[in-house]
Amino acid sequence: MIELTARSPFNGTLPLSVGALNLSQVDAGQMTALSPRKGQGKALASAFKQAHGIAWPGPGRISGREGCRALWFGHSHVLLMGPVPDATLCQHAAMVDQSDAWGVVRIEGAGVRDALARLTPLDLRETQFKRGHTARSEIADMPASVTRIGAQSYQVMVFRAMAGTLVEEIEVAMRGVAARAGGCDHAIGNHD
Amino acid sequence: MRITCPICGERDRREFHYQGAAVALDRPAPDAGAESWDDYLHNRENPAGPTRELWHHEAGCGAWLVVTRDTVTHEMQGSELASALQEADS
Repeated sequence: MIELTARSPFNGTLPLSVGALNLSQVDAGQMTALSPRKGQGKALASAFKQAHGIAWPGPGRISGREGCRALWFGHSHVLLMGPVPDATLCQHAAMVDQSDAWGVVRIEGAGVRDALARLTPLDLRETQFKRGHTARSEIADMPASVTRIGAQSYQVMVFRAMAGTLVEEIEVAMRGVAARAGGCDHAIGNHD
Repeated sequence: MRITCPICGERDRREFHYQGAAVALDRPAPDAGAESWDDYLHNRENPAGPTRELWHHEAGCGAWLVVTRDTVTHEMQGSELASALQEADS
């Protein structure tokens, strides 16, 4: 039998620190997209809550916590991150395993919003994009999911095939922010 | 240019893909005749003023929208989910 070794979408390029900002890989575990069948939205929301103990998130919101989290993931679309989905939910939802389809990173540190603002058209201002908010948008022209996890911490997801470009683009943005904050040329390309 | 998505709120135009006039929602019956089908497939108005058109929130939530836009001023006058309009019709 052939033994296959799972490889990270980021292939050893992370973690990465530039100035005050850190970029790291998130091992999200099982990821499943759930879409309600026609007319099953309410039934699915309550079955989901019963099965996993977390709310079915409304548009632009997340629920749960690290290890068992639900992300609003688009029109009629929620992504469950962490647990294997309860099989009985398939009565109400189409479920698709997306575990290998996404590269997931966390970017955090003082000035993180300035770095992201260089890459996405989203309105990230404090009053508009709060902790627990999520959006589907673009990061450096790539389709992405952006979630605010903490005051200075965001989760960014892109299709796995774009993971390398994501790291490059975020690194350049982080260098720009660090340079603005008082220069730190020595930090360029500092993979630690 | 900013477009208001009924689900996501006001977003940058670059998240959206333009499909064309919102005639796709008024598909003629299969036996409606050649003239109706010719209109549906090929003939378009070119109005100066408010126009209903289909936009796809491609890099956002993925919903299809019917957006009313003034072609003279580019003012965005409103948007609705295409799926909601279809359900209201049927």
